[in-house]
Amino acid sequence: MAGKTATREAYGKALAELGKLNGRVVVLDADLSKSTKTADFAGVFPDRFFNMGIAEQNMIGTAAGLASAGKIPFASTFAVFAAGRAFEQIRNSVAYAGLNVKIAATHAGVTVGEDGGSHQSVEDIALMRSLPSMTVFVPADEAETFGAVRAAAEMEGPVYIRLGRAGVPPVHGDGFRFVPGKAVVLREGRDAAVIAAGIMVSAALEAASVLAGEGIECRVLSMHTVKPLDVEAVVAAARETGALVTAEEHSVIGGLGGAVCEAVCGNFPVPVKRVGLPDVFGESGKPEELLEKFGLTPSGIAAAVREAIKMKAGVKG
Amino acid sequence: MVHREIEMLRVRANEIRKDIIRMLGRAGSGHPGGSLSAADIVAALYFKVLRIDPQNPRRPDRDRFILSKGHAAPVLYAALAQRGFFPREELDTLRRLGSRLQGHPDMKKLPGVEMSTGSLGQGLSVANGVALAGKLDGLDYRVYVLLGDGEIQEGQVWEAAMAAAHYKLDNLTAFLDHNRMQIDGPIEKVMSPEPVPDKWRAFGWDVQVIDGHDMAGILRALEKAGSVKGKPQMIVAETVKGKGVSFMENQVGWHGVAPKPGEVERALAELGDRGPVEGEG
Ligand SMILES: Cc1ncc(C[n+]2csc(CCOP(=O)(O)OP(=O)(O)O)c2C)c(N)n1
Repeated sequence: MAGKTATREAYGKALAELGKLNGRVVVLDADLSKSTKTADFAGVFPDRFFNMGIAEQNMIGTAAGLASAGKIPFASTFAVFAAGRAFEQIRNSVAYAGLNVKIAATHAGVTVGEDGGSHQSVEDIALMRSLPSMTVFVPADEAETFGAVRAAAEMEGPVYIRLGRAGVPPVHGDGFRFVPGKAVVLREGRDAAVIAAGIMVSAALEAASVLAGEGIECRVLSMHTVKPLDVEAVVAAARETGALVTAEEHSVIGGLGGAVCEAVCGNFPVPVKRVGLPDVFGESGKPEELLEKFGLTPSGIAAAVREAIKMKAGVKG
Repeated sequence: MVHREIEMLRVRANEIRKDIIRMLGRAGSGHPGGSLSAADIVAALYFKVLRIDPQNPRRPDRDRFILSKGHAAPVLYAALAQRGFFPREELDTLRRLGSRLQGHPDMKKLPGVEMSTGSLGQGLSVANGVALAGKLDGLDYRVYVLLGDGEIQEGQVWEAAMAAAHYKLDNLTAFLDHNRMQIDGPIEKVMSPEPVPDKWRAFGWDVQVIDGHDMAGILRALEKAGSVKGKPQMIVAETVKGKGVSFMENQVGWHGVAPKPGEVERALAELGDRGPVEGEG
């Protein structure tokens, strides 16, 4: 397998590259630029980088002001503090105001590891997805991160990009092109479909290989855009496989799983099993240990697929 | 000439007050007290100071005014209408379904509104961002923002105060509408932010304290603020909540209640009879 890269690392590189292409791009951080990797941009474009100190609410408001004057601000901190601390600033000063602010939040989910539950955002997708006009990207690897950053800069309006601390293997080949709002089918299959985002995409691919050994052919989708959701791809997966599993490093409430359930229940109801944190906070531990504990693993996904297929049979029978 | 201009601005502030009363009366809800207290400041800005063009409300080099205390929307709407951003008749639609005049200012809907506000404590951060962008782009516009004295109980305001000084935003001038009241009572009883001038000074701002109803004083303060280098400027304006309508002045109860028809008439008669509102000092 090719080397692993954390999506935050990819973000740092993508942002520094974007800075060259687009002079309107400015970057804000809240004393975490080494961790969020906005330091890469700051090193090349010190005049377009603003460290706002440990003051996330003001950082988001300042980004809104910069956007209203024609800049394309990327504001970064950990997901807990971006989506959480500054939620109402994002709601009112950014989304309600219709301003072109990009929030790139790193250290999402339990792979934050040892810092523990206070730092592991398991609710940020739910929060951001609930805001009218907000686009939510959850890239799975370096290529998707580059695509998401580029797309965010090109589109008008608020965008939330969810990034991780831990390294992830590439899930795409060379020809990959990131199209906002379009899920990517990474593997075909008719028995069930796994719809995954972020670090869970590579886990879903592993699960699909294991299941193939049991004669279960599983479709795998990378849903890098959680909002607007690719409802067409979700409904096609429901129609063509009859059993869905969602996988995300987030609470089972309100995230990708919630979005997929909302999409199928009104269009083509089929059983949906959601892999994610079962309405609990994270805790300290090694990232792999935490993923294991919460079943955010290939075997956890495979088990959910088998259950979904059983439910489908039950519904049919 | 200066005297005539000040007289003209006083009349303008009075006209703004009358529009505030009329539109709130028609709407049947809204916030008269904090709109009236800010009328002289807003009149000075929109009719003397701001470099703006109603025909071209998005000009990149325009001056900006952000009403951080967004519940005082009527004072902003009155000024924008009288300045020609939209027809004055439209003031009658305040708070109605489909109106561009939302209960709190909405920049997506109404030309001239520089920021959607209403959630207190957020406007200064946005003003900082606009001021930073001006510096980045080498544009010489100025950014003005109006805060409530209850509003500055919000922690975000102090994050923003720190940042404005840190980034030496001398193209930013803030007004504090120091009418000493909020919803639940006098600010000193609810949660005192005093001593206000000392706090802003300690945060690295240039601070002036003025009578917020003395037009000449407001203009002098703005001129002085404009010449400050290397620091953002705070003008603490001592004001009277409900200023200009005797039965509303200094009455907490008139924070967020619209005048009924009889009260509208009494208020307009007072404003009309008295002509221009005189300064306190
Ligand atoms: C974040 C937030 N909390 C509460 C309110 C409700 N609210 C509206 S006006 C107001 C009092 C404002 O007092 P002040 O800033 O002194 O304004 P003024 O007296 O000048 O009207 C409050 C609490 C709000 N709009 N925003």
